[in-house]
Amino acid sequence: MIKRVVFEDRWLPYLLIGPQLLIIFLFFYWPTGQALFWSFTLEPPFGGDAVWVGLRNLTEIVTSPVYHIAIRNTLIMSVATTVISLGLGLIFAVFADRGLRGMIFYKTAIMWPYAVAAPVAAIAWQFIFQPQIGIFGIVNQWYPGLWNPALNGAHALTMVIIASSWTSITFNFVFFLAGLQAIPNNLVEAAAMDGAGPMRRFFDLVFPLISPTFFLLLVLNVTTSFTEGFGIINVMTQGGPGNATQTMVYKIYQDGFIGLDLSSSSAQSLLLMILIIAVTLLQFRFVERKVHYAGSDKGEASE
Amino acid sequence: MIEKSPILNFVTHAILLAAAFAMCFPIYVSLITATMPFERVAEVPKPLWPSDQLLVNMAAAWKKGAFSTLFMNSIISTLIITVGKIVIAMITAFALVYFRFRFRALAFWMIFITLMLPLEVRIVPTYEIVSNVLLPIQRILEWTGLAWLIQTLSGVRVVLKLSLINTYLGLTLPLIATATGTFLFRQFFLTIPDELAEASKMDGSGALRFFWDILLPLSRTNIAALAVIMFVFGWNQYLWPLLVTTGPEYRTLTIGLTAMQPGSDATADWNVILAGALLVMMPPVLVVVLAQRWFVKGLVNTDK
Repeated sequence: MIKRVVFEDRWLPYLLIGPQLLIIFLFFYWPTGQALFWSFTLEPPFGGDAVWVGLRNLTEIVTSPVYHIAIRNTLIMSVATTVISLGLGLIFAVFADRGLRGMIFYKTAIMWPYAVAAPVAAIAWQFIFQPQIGIFGIVNQWYPGLWNPALNGAHALTMVIIASSWTSITFNFVFFLAGLQAIPNNLVEAAAMDGAGPMRRFFDLVFPLISPTFFLLLVLNVTTSFTEGFGIINVMTQGGPGNATQTMVYKIYQDGFIGLDLSSSSAQSLLLMILIIAVTLLQFRFVERKVHYAGSDKGEASE
Repeated sequence: MIEKSPILNFVTHAILLAAAFAMCFPIYVSLITATMPFERVAEVPKPLWPSDQLLVNMAAAWKKGAFSTLFMNSIISTLIITVGKIVIAMITAFALVYFRFRFRALAFWMIFITLMLPLEVRIVPTYEIVSNVLLPIQRILEWTGLAWLIQTLSGVRVVLKLSLINTYLGLTLPLIATATGTFLFRQFFLTIPDELAEASKMDGSGALRFFWDILLPLSRTNIAALAVIMFVFGWNQYLWPLLVTTGPEYRTLTIGLTAMQPGSDATADWNVILAGALLVMMPPVLVVVLAQRWFVKGLVNTDK
């Protein structure tokens, strides 16, 4: 898409677009190429040129049991956080959309946690879930040893899921609320006149109308849940206890920066990249569908 | 509101109160704990009302975490990221919309594809390039044999090295590219009537003049919306500053704070740490609460 009226200049457009292209070349494309190179080679331990090993790094990581645990945890976290934060975001938005008195108070209270950085929120949750002195630790007063995320993997995973759901509810809430407020009032009023109660109106009218938003958010949540969560995991559990909260992203960091195993870390990057590209392409199909659905004004999503 | 229904209104208020409670809960707990003297942190049942040590604990956290430097670093890097992202997004979108030039479509797609390469999946090689931004030039010299040529002719071995580790540039530059911001402005520029560009061309103004005098003032609300989102984004960066800073001189607040956190240790000074957490979250929270309208606009528009 381009304007009918354009400016004529030989060098100016290149000068304007240059900085961004230089930055993405240096910090996006070069590193990606380097990761590809590392995924298929091994650096000899005593220096010298990298040795081409073909698919060995990839097969090694795909068959490693720890990686299977990381995949499993990533999927569990991804599904759980998506369901919780999407569900609660939708419920909060539906009620906030009723426009009662005091709405500005509720909206602010639900929105401002977006500004809290995930690792900072993780510290607060860490304290809440602390087994001896935290608020949740009170269950240990009733039944000693009932709750201990430092030793019990399932507890640790639950704790991480709750913390990361909390950080992503606001995002969904804001989108759902915007979608709900875009529904013309007269449609809902007409349904009410015809005798449809609030539940009936929600399931037969409101929800179908915001379903494009719902699908978009679903895919956005799933994609970001693959890559986010680093801050929360690094602060709360460091992947432990015993890999119980190890995820695909966290393992890339651990193997690359702590284990200094560039080849394995890059092979994992490659796998995650493929996963993200697959989901993003899926997302693009939904965005396209949304564009058709919503009408013509946003129809130039692609060139 | 469609109908008057006291029961439904009651349910609405009940659910929204529960929502507000759930969302504020961790911060409320932090606030209460941050006001406690150390002896009362481990108290069970938990106190519900604040005590009077908030400022004392904040001062302690400030001192313990060396927050004077870190606050400065956070402010500087956040400002560079926010301003840099907006400038880069605007000029790129301007070139894409108002010029016809070769490789325009290619440039568009190159920027678009970066959406699929989040920092998390390319951290190690990105770190490598930041530790030597001249590496691509060095490699090109080696591949083309120029390095060998220079070495044989002059006897000088070519080693180009420029590290951005522990600099503000290293902290910010890799985060400044913005596909979403570029698309936001591109979308917006496309809605601006052609007549405006036509009229200013007729009046003899060049492209830059048009950008400065017409586009920039028209983009004010979009700039504000993007600025709010990018400020929060920049302030809350964690993974990247963790990697590219090795000492306290260039560390940001999120790193300094999480370095203080004790794991799940029961005897730690949680009151001081949580007071520090409140200090760290304060600037972005203030921005989001005070600029709520732009925050919502920015969030909905950039992540569409």
